[in-house]
Amino acid sequence: MEQGNRAAVAGVGWTPVGAYPGRSAYSFMAEAALHAIADAGLTKEQVDGLIVIPSLVQPSIMPAATFIDYVGIRPQRFSAEPGMGGASGCAAIRQAAAMIEGGQATVVLVVAGDAALSGRPAGSVYAGGSQFEAAYGTFAPALYALYAQRHMHEYGTTPEQLAEVSAACRHHASLNPDAQMRDPQTVADVLASPMIAEPLHRLDCCLISDGGCAVVLTSLAQARDSQRPPVLLLGSGECHTHDKIWRAPDYVSSGAVESGRQAFAEAGLAPADIDVAEIYDCFSITPIILLEDLGFCAKGEGGPFVEGGRIRLGGELPINTHGGLLSHGQPGMGGGLFHAVEAIVQVRGDAGPRQVAGAKVALAHGNGGIFASQCTVIVGRDAA
Amino acid sequence: MTKPSKPAPVPDPETEPYWEGMRRRELLIPRCRSCSARWFPPSTSCPACSGFDYEWAAASGRGEIVTYTVVHRAPGPAFADQTPYVVAIIQLAEGPRLLTNVVECSPDEVSIGMPVEVTFEEITADATVPQFRPLAKGEGG
Repeated sequence: MEQGNRAAVAGVGWTPVGAYPGRSAYSFMAEAALHAIADAGLTKEQVDGLIVIPSLVQPSIMPAATFIDYVGIRPQRFSAEPGMGGASGCAAIRQAAAMIEGGQATVVLVVAGDAALSGRPAGSVYAGGSQFEAAYGTFAPALYALYAQRHMHEYGTTPEQLAEVSAACRHHASLNPDAQMRDPQTVADVLASPMIAEPLHRLDCCLISDGGCAVVLTSLAQARDSQRPPVLLLGSGECHTHDKIWRAPDYVSSGAVESGRQAFAEAGLAPADIDVAEIYDCFSITPIILLEDLGFCAKGEGGPFVEGGRIRLGGELPINTHGGLLSHGQPGMGGGLFHAVEAIVQVRGDAGPRQVAGAKVALAHGNGGIFASQCTVIVGRDAA
Repeated sequence: MTKPSKPAPVPDPETEPYWEGMRRRELLIPRCRSCSARWFPPSTSCPACSGFDYEWAAASGRGEIVTYTVVHRAPGPAFADQTPYVVAIIQLAEGPRLLTNVVECSPDEVSIGMPVEVTFEEITADATVPQFRPLAKGEGG
């Protein structure tokens, strides 16, 4: 691609994540968006494209329009609202880059935020899904447990290996002042926490949080004029396989095989080239399956792969250096965008105590539904 | 205060034949008249051949457990006194899979690959849902 058309990340912004009662979903979106626009050295009047990842607790028929009023912007070129669950954040970055590279917009703001912890209506109970699920007492932990059980059955993955994913995320969150849960946590702590749905304990399950984050993309040329180093989108991919869990191709893998293949092929890179990976972690089983699917290890070897400090800072492939959904937090669908933000922060070298030394190339991966929608993005430093 | 009941399924015009079958204790799933594919949940075109000509046909009600979990913390008060209970994905002999509970046995007896058969749970006077139980011994798989 000609350099002149190429898109780049020009700015990122976020709010702390945790319990912040009294604030709306849109207040987190607005705060994060204004930080990201300022970080890019732009003004909100320059934003001509907008992608809003919808709030779960404050649904709107037109979430982008609701955000436009709240923050006071009028994008002149386009808006979109991805409905891909936890894959929405990575997919929005991919779409924003495509719009810029296709000449459809010049400055695109991607924003997510929610009051998922404090803004839930009192007394609400998870409804349990469609007419074919509601009577069975299912909820997200049970549905992911169905994958975990099958993965353990086929490959001998252990509860200790699952727990190490949570413990590694907590270790990273302990280094992130903006994370929700920062107290140290060991594998033994995870295994001693109450069983929710076998084999997943409470600490194998992600948090529910208030907070938000945002990314601004422009042309690479414009990003180079900013005071901050541009971050390139080197490759990306998507794959969608099902909605209902019983329509999934199997219970040990996902469309990340395909989204990852696309992203690595476009980037001209291999898994060994990735310095740090931010991988969707709604439950501890999720990164184990996704690490396999993305090619960081062979199918079935995700359990042994996460052992021995390999996925911790200082290891061969640190993952979820911000703390992930498991310990940094999950502010609704914004949780998935935080993985991409952290990948950008890492390649900029801005991650402070949790910085992966010398990180040049980072992978972020979002997962929506029950391993249903997958999006992979690979970002890197601007070599120019 | 009375215990909340399990949420009853809310049929829509396309799925009403399935729930009518349930009330008669029959597990009906679509069958393509062109290519004989079976699928679930219902939709008005065949996911295999994209044909629009399908019928509701009874399934054998037999299948096996593809994967399962034992839920220890229920997602709401309607299920709180059911714990520990089994949530499983069953592959029917006809091919399609569905999500269900495994009932009439201890969670300790449940395993991947276990043969099961359909039974029926009346949630309300109008709503019956399929449940699965271990296949009776001597019935074959």
